[in-house]
Amino acid sequence: MSEPVIFELSRAGRRAPTHAVAEVPAHTIPEALLRDAPPVLPEVSELQVVRHFTRLSQLNFSIDTEFYPLGSCTMKYNPKICNRLAMLPEFLERHPLGDVERGQGFLECMFELQEMLKAVTGMTAISLTPMAGAQGEFAGVAMIRAYHAARQDHERCEIIVPDAAHGTNPATATMCGCTAVEIPTGPDGDVDLDALRRVVGPRTAGIMLTNPSTLGVFERHITEVAEIVHSAGGLLYYDGANLNAILGRVFPADMGFDVIHVNLHKTFSTPHGGGGPGSGVVGVNDRLAAFLPVPIVGRTGADRFVWLTEQDLPQSIGRLSAFMGNAGILLRAYIYMRLLGGDGMRRVSEYATLNANYLMQQLVKAGFDVAFSERRASHEFIVSLKGIAGETGITAMDFAKALLDRGFHAPTTYFPALVAECLLIEPTETETRQDLDAFAAALIDIRDQARTDPDEVRAAPRTMPVRRLDDVRAARQLDLAWQGEPESS
Amino acid sequence: MPYIPHTDDDVAAMLAVIGVDSTAELFDEIPDGLLIDALPGIPAALTEAGITRLMRARAGRDGGAVSFLGAGAYEHYIPAAVWDIANRGEFYSAYTPYQAEASQGTLQLIYEFQTMMTGLTGLDVSNASLYDGASAFAEACLMAVRANRKSKSRRMLVSRGVNPVYRAVARAIGGGQGIELVELPLDPAGRTDFDALTKFDGEAFAAVCLAQPTFLGTIEEADAITDWAHAHDMLVISICNPTGLALLRPPGEWGETGADIACGEGQPLGIPVSSGGPYFGYMVCRKPLLRQMPGRIVGRTVDIEGRPGFTLTLQAREQHIRRSKATSNICTNQGLMVTAATIYLSLLGAEGLRRTALQCHANTNLLAGKLAQLEGVSVAFDTYFHEAVIRFDRPVAALVDALGERGILAGYDLSEHYPELGNALLVCATDARTHEDIDAYVAATRSALDRSQAA
Repeated sequence: MSEPVIFELSRAGRRAPTHAVAEVPAHTIPEALLRDAPPVLPEVSELQVVRHFTRLSQLNFSIDTEFYPLGSCTMKYNPKICNRLAMLPEFLERHPLGDVERGQGFLECMFELQEMLKAVTGMTAISLTPMAGAQGEFAGVAMIRAYHAARQDHERCEIIVPDAAHGTNPATATMCGCTAVEIPTGPDGDVDLDALRRVVGPRTAGIMLTNPSTLGVFERHITEVAEIVHSAGGLLYYDGANLNAILGRVFPADMGFDVIHVNLHKTFSTPHGGGGPGSGVVGVNDRLAAFLPVPIVGRTGADRFVWLTEQDLPQSIGRLSAFMGNAGILLRAYIYMRLLGGDGMRRVSEYATLNANYLMQQLVKAGFDVAFSERRASHEFIVSLKGIAGETGITAMDFAKALLDRGFHAPTTYFPALVAECLLIEPTETETRQDLDAFAAALIDIRDQARTDPDEVRAAPRTMPVRRLDDVRAARQLDLAWQGEPESS
Repeated sequence: MPYIPHTDDDVAAMLAVIGVDSTAELFDEIPDGLLIDALPGIPAALTEAGITRLMRARAGRDGGAVSFLGAGAYEHYIPAAVWDIANRGEFYSAYTPYQAEASQGTLQLIYEFQTMMTGLTGLDVSNASLYDGASAFAEACLMAVRANRKSKSRRMLVSRGVNPVYRAVARAIGGGQGIELVELPLDPAGRTDFDALTKFDGEAFAAVCLAQPTFLGTIEEADAITDWAHAHDMLVISICNPTGLALLRPPGEWGETGADIACGEGQPLGIPVSSGGPYFGYMVCRKPLLRQMPGRIVGRTVDIEGRPGFTLTLQAREQHIRRSKATSNICTNQGLMVTAATIYLSLLGAEGLRRTALQCHANTNLLAGKLAQLEGVSVAFDTYFHEAVIRFDRPVAALVDALGERGILAGYDLSEHYPELGNALLVCATDARTHEDIDAYVAATRSALDRSQAA
């Protein structure tokens, strides 16, 4: 099962004629400014295009086709209605610089989205502009820096990051001109408070935390962490990657966080789209409200909505996108939140947690080594295959590939790095008990095969469009664009 | 109405396996003082029918305008097949292709996209996309600092023809790392003033940054500036409209050796204007700069049986491997938008895209020509791609309002960002506009000018 590269389908002079402007209009651009030869693009018919890309889609695993328990990514069902309504023609055709009088419907949705995000985080102000979690992190740390700078506290340039954090956290600290300071995790999965006390000081700008952490457990000492960091003059950043676990259960603001980003493509079910677009909206408390990125939607009078810009927030960290961020994604999240309501949101965290704890217990009972199994799982948990790897030579990567052959997308592998040979498993609330049982059975089956026929596990996957790929060759003999002749006959 | 499939029997059986009596117990590690028992600030749940009524009503308040706005977002006709296919669940609901064997569709599509972008720009290697044009420019500035080992400077020499918002975004994103933008003025023809470069002789900059076309629609003569930059150990960053690349000389062919980095807004390639997003940013560079490029990159390789296949590659640049030493903190890109753009480019081909570009140019030409026949109206610059600066003998804000009342978005008022142009409006008539639309615009302008004359 493979599909030619679209350039291999191309033949000179073939067109998809309905999409070309019928006549070639005259122009007044000097010849010297024009390109000599047309760019190399495929010349194919519409039917060829439709078949090619439909076939490519069929080479993918997706939530719509397979269980996709990718830890820390919250691969829950993306309701069809959210996409359909966000793609109403009036929304698609609205120019971002169009007058606000002709955008009141859209702006009202955005204003209400801001209000709902305050209501689920406990924060007091929201900016919707960050276009992904990493950009939300950037906005958050930039606001922390701006806060200290406004207080003439220029020495604060260290961002504390637990060793279990997502790679985006330390990378963000660097992008903001800060230094990342890593602290260890204690044996029970909570932050090592003594280590934290040792690193805080007059250079501390803040700390970035995910709670529940990427280890799949709730940070029980969060109020002590907040106390230590705040006493040292630093601020607390909440990475909202795992908000699905505590939606409607705890307000991040109550835990002591000053700033938060929320991945709408996780908790609020906007599509992952093969790697984006995401949305990393940020919320802050009163300390940081003046520094939010612009634009923000404001309300004047009872029901007129306007853009708030640099003029309204002169201390803003500025703009992060050409317009207002991923508007269409924001609409999808708005629609999803209105469909759920407050009780529905609480049921999200309830069932996400139920599914994770159930699957964890099934695997514990089957004899798998689950990290922190004495703790309550949040919405995700970690299986360590170190023991099985020692016994059979079959690694977490082998398990991942063998799962693909059994019709399951693999969990996150080798993250967090604290746990050897790990799978980070996040089932989400939208999966049935029967699918969870089938997944557990698949893991047991692979383990059995690892003991009886390890070479067969190492040979997986066999049923995918390709077998294991040569990553070393990919990096050494770089082939990043089609070089072949577009026309062969 | 959460999307939860559990029956009561399921829940009872699952709680028994876990060994708890209720789901509430699952939250018993959260300190008591922190637990809440409701979300009072969230409106009650709606049904699908209810949310459909609500959103139709909201959308109904927004539609109906005929847009002559460009200024960074361009309404083009989008073939039906583009979003019919991009909306397939296998694209829409997949994630970043970490498991390559189960993501060959997305990976091959990105490889095809990378190929198309190298073709359009004339440069060697493309990434899998960034967030949007403005943030792509900010990333290009950061990349130039990393890649330019000769200059060590964190300063950019940026043409005033670069979108003012892009410049603001580059300051916001690059400021923390000391990125500084120094402005290059425009000449009377609305292009970057080559003569102004000479006063920077002897100063260090990481790169010279040019837009093609400029924010004002004019077309840069980029060769001399490119060669000057290279002679002074600076890289060249080009911010190109991708529709324009079907027609205009690509950055890879600027000057003796070409520009070094091309970046910009991918929205014109099959993405609706949709209130500003989601769009995608593109970035393409010369091969020697590859390892400083941010974002995902897909490579073609072979599997253990020697069959071709696709995988994410050069990941040692990225945050999940390099953490604080990564080229960028970027993780997510704009995969779904790239899916649409790749389908769009496949449907149009080089000739279709060239004709679209020419149609946009011709429509804007027609509009500008007709407006220039009105009393007190002139076209500021002679050579432009698909946007033109129109000068009026009075402030344009009232004109924009008057046309707005007739359902016409007249264009972008330049008075805030380009006060030196006087009463100037940036207009854009793409292939989505008809001759009737253009005539309606001209008639509405004539009557608005007549009325304000009379007043």
